[in-house]
Amino acid sequence: MPERVAIVGVGHSDIRSITPGVSYKELMFEAATRAYEDAGVNPRRDVDSFISVSEDFWEGTSIFDEYVPDQLGGALRPVHTVTGDGIQALGCAAMLIRTGRARIVAVEGHSKHSDMRTPYHIQEFAFDPIFNRPLGAHPHYLAGLEMNRYLFETGTTREQCAMVVRKNRSCAISNPRAVYGARLSVEDVLASPPAFYPLTELDIARPADGCFVMVVAAESVAGDLAGEPVWIAGYGWCTETPSLESREWGEAVYARLAAQQAYRMAGITDPFRDLDFAEVDDSFSYKELQHLEALRVCRPGEAADMLEDGVTGPDGDFPVNVSGGSLGVGHLLEATGLHRVYEVVLQLRGQAGSSQLAGVERGLAQSWRNLPTTTGCVIILEKG
Amino acid sequence: MSVNIKEWPGTALGSKDLEEGRVLTVRHRVRAEYAWDAGVAIGRYLRELKAGRLIARRCRGCDRILLPPRMFCEECFRPTDEWVYVQDTGTVNTFSVCYVRWDVARLTEPQLPAVIHVDGASPGMGIMHLLGEVRPEDVRIGMRVKAVWKQVEEREGAITDIRYWKPIAEEVG
Repeated sequence: MPERVAIVGVGHSDIRSITPGVSYKELMFEAATRAYEDAGVNPRRDVDSFISVSEDFWEGTSIFDEYVPDQLGGALRPVHTVTGDGIQALGCAAMLIRTGRARIVAVEGHSKHSDMRTPYHIQEFAFDPIFNRPLGAHPHYLAGLEMNRYLFETGTTREQCAMVVRKNRSCAISNPRAVYGARLSVEDVLASPPAFYPLTELDIARPADGCFVMVVAAESVAGDLAGEPVWIAGYGWCTETPSLESREWGEAVYARLAAQQAYRMAGITDPFRDLDFAEVDDSFSYKELQHLEALRVCRPGEAADMLEDGVTGPDGDFPVNVSGGSLGVGHLLEATGLHRVYEVVLQLRGQAGSSQLAGVERGLAQSWRNLPTTTGCVIILEKG
Repeated sequence: MSVNIKEWPGTALGSKDLEEGRVLTVRHRVRAEYAWDAGVAIGRYLRELKAGRLIARRCRGCDRILLPPRMFCEECFRPTDEWVYVQDTGTVNTFSVCYVRWDVARLTEPQLPAVIHVDGASPGMGIMHLLGEVRPEDVRIGMRVKAVWKQVEEREGAITDIRYWKPIAEEVG
């Protein structure tokens, strides 16, 4: 039986639509200071290894890993970067611990989206240069294509997708981390300017700046630390084909397969019954519904019914994105997964303030690396 | 194996084939533009450069004076404590003589990048810059140098507000 691994400390910086007053390093130092304080660790003495998630083109500096140690307390220590979502880094931290190479690992992810002057051109740079870039459209059109196929296959409607926006923006009002809390009607969403049919502007999560840091520890030391441990029961990630010509457009296959790995590890056979709540990717409105179906919380085509019946609302049997999700909090680039994990950790610790859910024991966080990727990650967290 | 092959099959390609489009390639020029927020420490550093001064941060944890300034100490992992002006003189820690430009063109007047330990900052702290008013063969490790600033009206709050660093000996002599 491999040793259990827990998240023992969490911290974040200010989360804002723009952060002109601080550099990315200062943003990271703020989040790291809070996470180490929460865990009761001194990074210069106690943390054995550091993992940062970043993507060079988002940062504007290649080999960006070289620029992260100082502000994390990782100078002259083992540091590496995962060019992926924060949940992948948490999985790597758990594996570093299970190999015996480290007992305590720090994981960092941030967004300094506002440093980019041409973010969507940089996103387009992730497209296939021969087949796709010459067409020249704004990269969000891929989400329009996907939403259209998802609605076609499942019978879900644009109105139901707009209800996701209404729910998440409304939940965000009571989350102090959320940038985009608002009371919106379904009609507000449908009547906002058309963007990439069937998406309107309000169907699309807006970016934000912010940083999250987490301290991950082996069971043998977790008990001696200050932070209340939340256990990592399972994780997984998966990538489908990059080919736009032949990928699955209606179903989020990557999320289904990533969840299978995590469920197997955590011993989950019926996600709806075995989990109490979830934070799932909602970077576009329909994504929340599509992802819930891929996670097998319900059958294909049923996520919208769950939403309409209030099952996935904050007072429902299976609350989803009670934090406000990316639609409400803001999209945080590769730190988005860590944000979702952060919200799950607070819920399981009973520290979620006015968003607190009653009696939650086990939760799921799921992320997607946004357009044009087909990479999804799932992590299962539980109390005691 | 290959040394025994005298004649290779196929048709050799030349640069003309590429120029005239006989070999198909796809070109893309990425539009990646950034405006990095300098933040508290570097924001002040740049503002002081515009004023013709170098500023550092002191950490009371290790009692070092950190240059370039930062709001946290990477040794102690704690916030730094106060602003400290340092001198615009220093000592060459290491240097190179660049005879080749980035596009591989030969330079008749080589560039002289150098790491300069700045007076007033802690050992090992300083600035990465260029040397000037010195012949390449006269540059040596340990040489004392001083900043040559741009005129006030030319400064813009950038590392290039210092034109280069020149030997102090020449200034005196």
